[in-house]
Amino acid sequence: MSEYSEPTGQPGGAPPAPLWEVFVRARRGLAHTHVGSLHAADAELALRNARDLYTRRQEGVSIWVLPAAAITASSPDEKDAFFDPAADKVYRHPTFYEVPEGAAHL
Amino acid sequence: MTAHAEMTGPGAVQTAAAPMAVPNRFDFVLGLADDALVAAQRLAQWCTRGPEMEEDIALSNIALDQLGAARLLLTYAGEVEGAGRDEDALAYLRDDREFRNCLLAELPNGDFALTMAKLLFLAAYQVPLYTALADCGDERLAAIGAKARKESAYHLDHASVWVRRLGDGTDESHRRMQAAVDEVWPYTHELFTPDPTAPVDPATLRADFDSVVAGVLAEATLTAPETSWMPAGGRNGVHTEHLSYLLAELQVLHRAHPGASW
Amino acid sequence: MYGNDFPADDTSGGLLGEVEAAETALREAAERGRHGAAGADPAAYFAEVIAADQKVEPRDWMPEAYRATLIRQIAQHAHSEIIGMQPEGNWITRAPSLKRKAILLAKVQDEAGHGLYLYAAAETLGISRDELVDLLLAGRQKYSSIFNYPTLTWADMGTIGWLVDGAAIVNQVPLCRCSYGPYARAMIRICKEESFHQRQGYEILYTLAHGTPAQREMAQDSVNRWWYPSLAMFGPPDTDSTHSAQSMAWKIKRFSNDELRQRFVDMCVGQAEVLGLTLPDPALRWNDERGAYDFTQPDYAELIRVIKGAGPCNRQRMEHRRQAHREGAWVRAAAAAYAAKQAHKKEQASQKEKVA
Repeated sequence: MSEYSEPTGQPGGAPPAPLWEVFVRARRGLAHTHVGSLHAADAELALRNARDLYTRRQEGVSIWVLPAAAITASSPDEKDAFFDPAADKVYRHPTFYEVPEGAAHL
Repeated sequence: MTAHAEMTGPGAVQTAAAPMAVPNRFDFVLGLADDALVAAQRLAQWCTRGPEMEEDIALSNIALDQLGAARLLLTYAGEVEGAGRDEDALAYLRDDREFRNCLLAELPNGDFALTMAKLLFLAAYQVPLYTALADCGDERLAAIGAKARKESAYHLDHASVWVRRLGDGTDESHRRMQAAVDEVWPYTHELFTPDPTAPVDPATLRADFDSVVAGVLAEATLTAPETSWMPAGGRNGVHTEHLSYLLAELQVLHRAHPGASW
Repeated sequence: MYGNDFPADDTSGGLLGEVEAAETALREAAERGRHGAAGADPAAYFAEVIAADQKVEPRDWMPEAYRATLIRQIAQHAHSEIIGMQPEGNWITRAPSLKRKAILLAKVQDEAGHGLYLYAAAETLGISRDELVDLLLAGRQKYSSIFNYPTLTWADMGTIGWLVDGAAIVNQVPLCRCSYGPYARAMIRICKEESFHQRQGYEILYTLAHGTPAQREMAQDSVNRWWYPSLAMFGPPDTDSTHSAQSMAWKIKRFSNDELRQRFVDMCVGQAEVLGLTLPDPALRWNDERGAYDFTQPDYAELIRVIKGAGPCNRQRMEHRRQAHREGAWVRAAAAAYAAKQAHKKEQASQKEKVA
């Protein structure tokens, strides 16, 4: 949920616990999906906090945590440059092709 | 066994070779149940008071596990007894002298270090206990053991994670964690009082406990204290002064409305 | 009656159905896609996204006032979850059956989780959780004033579930359609998880209302105490609400305070009848013309007093939170120190490896 935000510092006291992004595999056969984020001092605690925070209702069979600071995100300003060029490459999709009548298993 | 005989009447006297009689099984199951119930009540007292919000959730999870195990075990104890008492009758209508939990579970929470020391020791005892129960001849206990051992393994992991951090964190956390271990350690001996007639003899769990705990303490730069003081009595209903207060809080509302449903 | 965001037939799926409808709408809006980017005129792009009922995402350009409004609202919501644990936490150790104890503990635990989801959503707007917690502890951000009332009997666990959670759900379900993506997604998750909260409260009250005379009296007394504070949860009347118009335009807020309050009253009347309990309002009656119940408004002067700190439990709730935060400081410091030590060890090990 905390996509791409930068953790801010805090004057004095212990440093704030870093932010971690949490990915959960809901069931065997599915990919890990981003479910949210949390704070923890280190990876071991982050994994345990993720288990308690995001899988209280059997939502998952596997969890990944990674430091939010380690994510490099594309910028919304570059959205066109990044993603629009893919828009006209319809030939990447199977529905682009006409299948002659009678041809099976394609 | 004399202690059990004294509590349950002459019929309960038995030898190690005799098949298990019901009163002894009742006391044994009650001991497990009361450990879990009292531990749950203590952990629940942390709710809204955790050192960080994530930890509030974690401690509640562990409390819920213990409470769940307590309910299964109390229900089974009631069936073993055969006097029609259900989980609530056993939880709410017994006095402290009738409780069979170990003293360790009833000790007040203290600071977070003390709670983690209690959790570490209780979990390091419950893991091999439930694991052994999962293979015992009593089907009901085996089923409960199989479920609870996974939960206890997580409790052990959680306690270990924190004991390592507190022991090897700051000077203050090290001092607090060592003080907690020193304070709670004497109460661990009671957990392993031999009972050869029980479905699992607690004495057989000691080696497992010692090796797990020694590993965690060493990693945490902590030491177990040398002391010959071994407080005990919980399994016979002779508790610390703390239990009566804990039960007063747990039972007050239920007892104020005799016979009511909730 | 309430605008087109509520499905016409909301009796079938109930509030949970509306949450699911919001989730579907979110997915559909996402599938409609949006070509182009903010480019030279980000304000116009932002307005287009809002107008098309699509979601604003964290790194999108947004007006500063939109950001500030969201931070204020999400933070207040998060604080409410965290402070709101206290009135119910007050009864966990005394719950009258083991089943009720487990349910209550799980519920209060959920509230902690919901607070954390919401802090995470607020953090996407560029403010840290530590800053938000500091603002709460310094009394510079608010939480829902309902939690400044005491829980005096077990029946309050029932009434909080039924009325307080009920009012919260009525407030929150439209937030599942909020224009800010992370908030909308957090609210969908929260509303789904909270669906059991209201039911467990209602069940507690139903059991009490059908129990012994003392239990019944306990239930009625509790409803008497919580009814008006629950109505006040929807905030001041529309005529006095300062934030509403702009929030509605930005689709942060979808219905006015008074619309939601009316909706809540209309739902509660029938539910109270089933309980066999009386809502403490002699003026409560069906108005055929309006197609809604007439009811007595809560005392808004009291609401303002409680918001300003003069409720029965404001000081207690804040001190409880401050104490937990204060007493946990050495634990958080230990975790940070341990993490730093381990990172240092790892660093040294990898350097040694490089040398070797």
